[in-house]
Amino acid sequence: MRRFRDRSEPAMNRSAKFKFRLYVADDAPNSAQAVANLSALCRTHLPDRHEIEVVDVFREPKRALADRIFMTPTLVKLAPSPVLRIVGTLSRIQPVLQALGLEISAA
Amino acid sequence: MKSVRSITVPIPTKASTGITGFDEITGGGLPRARTTLLVGGPGSGKTILALQFLVHGAQVCKEPGIFVAFEETSKRIVANAESFGWKLAELRRKKLFFMDAHPTPDLIQSGDFDLGGMLAALEAQIEVMSARRIVFDALDIVLALLPDTAAKRREIYRLHEWLLARELTGVITLRASGNETSAVSQQPFGFMQFMLDCVVILNHCVVMGVSQRNLRVQKYRGSGFDEDELPFVIGKGGFDVAIARALGGVDAKATNERVTSGVKRLDTMLGGGYYRGASVLITGFPGTAKTTLSAAFAEAACRRGERTLFISFDSDGTEVIRNLASVGIQLERYVKNGLLRMISARTITGSAETYLVRIKTLAKEHRARCLVIDPISILSKSGNELTAHSVVERLIDWSKAAGTTLVCTSLLDEMSGQSEGASPLQISMLADTWIHLNYLVQAGERNRGISIIKSRGMAHSNQVRELILSDVGVTLADTYTAGGEVLMGTLRWEKERSERVANEASEVAGKLKRVRLDAEEAELEVRVKSLQTELVAKQVEKALLARATESRKGELSRGRTRMEELRGADAAIPGPK
Repeated sequence: MRRFRDRSEPAMNRSAKFKFRLYVADDAPNSAQAVANLSALCRTHLPDRHEIEVVDVFREPKRALADRIFMTPTLVKLAPSPVLRIVGTLSRIQPVLQALGLEISAA
Repeated sequence: MKSVRSITVPIPTKASTGITGFDEITGGGLPRARTTLLVGGPGSGKTILALQFLVHGAQVCKEPGIFVAFEETSKRIVANAESFGWKLAELRRKKLFFMDAHPTPDLIQSGDFDLGGMLAALEAQIEVMSARRIVFDALDIVLALLPDTAAKRREIYRLHEWLLARELTGVITLRASGNETSAVSQQPFGFMQFMLDCVVILNHCVVMGVSQRNLRVQKYRGSGFDEDELPFVIGKGGFDVAIARALGGVDAKATNERVTSGVKRLDTMLGGGYYRGASVLITGFPGTAKTTLSAAFAEAACRRGERTLFISFDSDGTEVIRNLASVGIQLERYVKNGLLRMISARTITGSAETYLVRIKTLAKEHRARCLVIDPISILSKSGNELTAHSVVERLIDWSKAAGTTLVCTSLLDEMSGQSEGASPLQISMLADTWIHLNYLVQAGERNRGISIIKSRGMAHSNQVRELILSDVGVTLADTYTAGGEVLMGTLRWEKERSERVANEASEVAGKLKRVRLDAEEAELEVRVKSLQTELVAKQVEKALLARATESRKGELSRGRTRMEELRGADAAIPGPK
């Protein structure tokens, strides 16, 4: 636990790149909302150090099955580790930032 | 003709669940291409029922299925289901798919979401395996994550629409809080009960420390169904719903074949023995030889070579065998050659339903033609009073349908008084033949009396007989009625003896008289003979006399002639000198 944090903390604060994958369900309103919310979040908190892949589960259902995506929209943070899943439109920003470890810079 | 055939075969409107009893009460299973709601408290058996529905579909109906697990991991579900012998590992490859959809505990939720991802994933999987059945286990878990009631409602409608559009036969299980199944309708998703086509409620409660499970079909659109709350058990092979035979069901075939009761004179009293496939009830107080009488039946069955199951609820099998050997009933050899199976169920606890299922399973395993349950009254012990009667009903019904001859004993409570009909289970009404054993206390003795209270469809004796146990077996003796009282035991023996003595005396007297008459006859005969001899002698004498007279006459005349000759023409002499 402790070792873990030692490694990730400096990375998070500075240059480490955030890799996101957002699973959406076609053009469902909450999916569209999530895409918008994620882009806004990245613009504000992670300028130039993020990467977003959007997966439409209706177009790639097998991928949804393999990745065990059952609720849409689902945001998966692939990097930096650990892998994290956040479900929903991301409209409640505070818990999202907290989970991503971006709270301090937001304050 | 062929063109007629080519008309599409009507698709059955129901999807069989393969659950004993459930298909019967619903007229064939769950509504095909519709969705069924399964509601129940914790541990009520929702997951098992749903899984059995899928397994049956995959194994028997060629309908592959998908199990969406929101509550448990599929690994645990498969492990738990292993005990039912469903061979899930084999099915899992092609016919049965488990989707782990339980939310991970570290899942972060922010804002609204929907189940689109799951449906998309399922779509892909359905296509791969052409699934026809689908189960959503514990849907309430995922619904609880949704932020508001409107969202929950929306997702339920979405799911329902999706299921209908794909014509899948679906089962959605919901956890009800506690045993209050009615509480479900108050929950945000309670309206599902109104929306879906079929609702089944599972109930699990404890009565006097005994677990009782019940199942009730609350609604079933477009179909008739059994509306009662029916007990069920989760047994070795999964669900087993207890149903009485449906009205209009096929009656068991009644035969006229008789089987011996094992006691010769009892057979005579019954006009030939019990009917094959009949249910016989032997009631009596403790120690009235109920077990012995039922074991006599079992022994006789084994002697005929029929497979027999003997379930003893009050002693160990070996004890029963030993005790019975003392009255000349030898069961051990039949246990050894496998004809007889002794089951000791003294310490088994559980609901009456469980007993029934166990008895049925054992009888099936043993392929028993004759079944003895000693005593059946154990079924009504505390906690089971309400269900025991119906269990016994179904036991009798089942044994009839299977053609098994059933002999049960029933213990009458000493406290319940001497009234004969006070069998707590009231099975006396259901049994075909009812034999009652009683004590008769008289002249300082306690003797066993046996009588037939009823016996359907056969002439039977109205006599009370004395039941005698000896080391050669069970025998029945006549009782004597004297001065309006029934004599048994020593009194009977005394009566018998006095009759015997009287018999002997009269016999001797008769003999004596005959001897005397013989003597008189002989004497007369002798007298007749001597008289006859005398008669003959007289006759001879008479004949002699006649001859002598004749000859003398001749002599005389000859002599006179000679004299005349000698005298020479003498004048006739007047008379001889």
